[in-house]
Amino acid sequence: MEKVLLKNIDKPDAYKIDKYIEYGGYKAVREALKSNRDHIIQVVKESGLRGRGGAGFSTGLKWSFIPKDPTIQKYLCCNADEGEPGTFKDRGIMDNDPHLLLEGMMIACYAIGASVAYIYIRGEFAFGIRRLQTAIDEAYSKGFLGKNIFGSEFSLDMYIHSGYGAYICGEETALLESIEGYRAQPRKKPPFPALAGLYGKPTVINNVETLSCIPAIIEKGPKWFSSIGPEKSPGPKIFGVSGHVKRPGLYELPMGTTLREIIFDHCGGMLNDKKLKAVIPGGVSAPMLIAKDLDTPMDFDSVAAKGSMLGSGAVIVMDETTCMVKMAYIINRFFSHESCGKCTPCREGTAWLTNILKRLEHGEGNDGDVELLESVGTNIFGRTFCPLGDGAVMALRGTLKYFKDEFVYHVKNKRCMVG
Amino acid sequence: MLSDKAKSEITESLKKYTNKRSACMDALRIAQAEASNNITKAAMEEIAGILGMKPVEVNAVATFYTMYNVKRPVGEYHIQVCRNISCSLLGAEHLIKHMENVLGIKTGATTPDNKFTLKTVECLGSCGTAPMMQINDDFYESLTKEKIDAILKDLK
Ligand SMILES: Cc1cc2nc3c(=O)[nH]c(=O)nc-3n(C[C@H](O)[C@H](O)[C@H](O)COP(=O)(O)O)c2cc1C
Ligand code: SF4
Ligand code: FES
Repeated sequence: MEKVLLKNIDKPDAYKIDKYIEYGGYKAVREALKSNRDHIIQVVKESGLRGRGGAGFSTGLKWSFIPKDPTIQKYLCCNADEGEPGTFKDRGIMDNDPHLLLEGMMIACYAIGASVAYIYIRGEFAFGIRRLQTAIDEAYSKGFLGKNIFGSEFSLDMYIHSGYGAYICGEETALLESIEGYRAQPRKKPPFPALAGLYGKPTVINNVETLSCIPAIIEKGPKWFSSIGPEKSPGPKIFGVSGHVKRPGLYELPMGTTLREIIFDHCGGMLNDKKLKAVIPGGVSAPMLIAKDLDTPMDFDSVAAKGSMLGSGAVIVMDETTCMVKMAYIINRFFSHESCGKCTPCREGTAWLTNILKRLEHGEGNDGDVELLESVGTNIFGRTFCPLGDGAVMALRGTLKYFKDEFVYHVKNKRCMVG
Repeated sequence: MLSDKAKSEITESLKKYTNKRSACMDALRIAQAEASNNITKAAMEEIAGILGMKPVEVNAVATFYTMYNVKRPVGEYHIQVCRNISCSLLGAEHLIKHMENVLGIKTGATTPDNKFTLKTVECLGSCGTAPMMQINDDFYESLTKEKIDAILKDLK
């Protein structure tokens, strides 16, 4: 497949505006500015592009919810918080090809009529923040941002808002709270951000990778995009592979590439040729799959059919030496650490789960602990304000589904079944 | 006291937003950068004054986001080793123990000369080059014990 998202990643100095232009950049936005806004939204709808931030919602549809009234201020927020453990794809784009993201954002802003855009990037990405700021400054100096961009009627300002260490800021309404200068706790929906988002104004929130698909869709057309991968979940996708593989890293492949191809063809197989025990297909919120699921196509619907989710496309590979109690502990500790504290089931429940998992992991488990894990999970699931709490439970349930015997072994023998 | 430079940076940040309060996170970052990576009560009070917020509101923001070092002052080099899943699968735990040995402190502590603070951190979005750590602003990836020794030797 011809690369779209990572096409410039190995080209020298692609992060500089002149190089980006030399490599064919900033053509799509000029074209878009000549066409009608509704037409662009229609094209994005027809392309079948679904959000790469995790939920897989139709991008064109999301844009179409924005009110058309030109007198209302509208915003675009690019979600560059990239906090889901295992995920490092957006950073790949921002560090190496920031103008691709900027171009996608310009087109999105024009389509929805937003005159201000924010990039919400996690504060730990100091390098990426510098790269993006330089890219924005370059774009202003060329007249690609600011008043009448590219000599058109359209004006656009773009700013970076840097997060400062809180996973929950990736949740779109928490992100908005954070830009407004508050503690990042999710908002009640409805109202949805498309009607009342940032500062109460209509707002689109899109992931970095989603927005980076836009220039190619404008240039090559919606049919080209929808012809890549499965019909209902098309397009190129960046898979970030980590853990026990020979060649971890970012791989841009068609949606629907199987886990087996990703791990064994593209990543060169298992590290030290050990046996595969489990694989997380989409960041730690996504329940684990096992070897028999390796032929699952990696697209939103196929992974969901296996009881997990494509999420961010972060593939985490674990070999036979991995202790699943320890993995469950690490994952749950993360959720408990990142719980924003707004609702009790998540705040207290994840802490409870972590305590139980910690004692199992340290060989201090008691009879009944495995059942306790399940019952605490039941008391969290479906009772939380935002999806973080549910994600924590789903991840744990996924592990227990396949590896319950390891948990029981930990209670009985006070140690791991493996290694 | 915030320096004039910091104050003008905060004024610059205000231009990005339609409400003053939105600049709070930038202001805290700016204040932290010029106070050896720490946030003081005085700085929060000054920020509150500039942004028309109450000091408790600034404090509420500062204590929510983990990168603001409010109650947890850090040394000259703030070392944060990732302990999340991908790093852990490739031996982060051993590296953390190794760091503790080399620095002679436990995780969470600062060396007596105030030079190094050692902490663990959740995923930093660098999982393809795990295990990794961050020292102040910089990422160090694909770590081994030998690499860590060399990095620390450089900083000592
Ligand atoms: C707890 C939580 C964390 C999230 N973290 C991120 C994130 O880091 N990056 C992201 O793009 N989306 C994240 N999301 C999803 C966003 O809420 C939102 O759906 C997404 O940014 C929409 O963009 P898209 O339609 O382009 O995917 C998170 C959601 C939840 C519930
Ligand atoms: S589920 Fe957790 S993260 Fe979400 S609002 Fe409740 S406490 Fe906060
Ligand atoms: S798990 Fe360590 S950087 Fe992601």
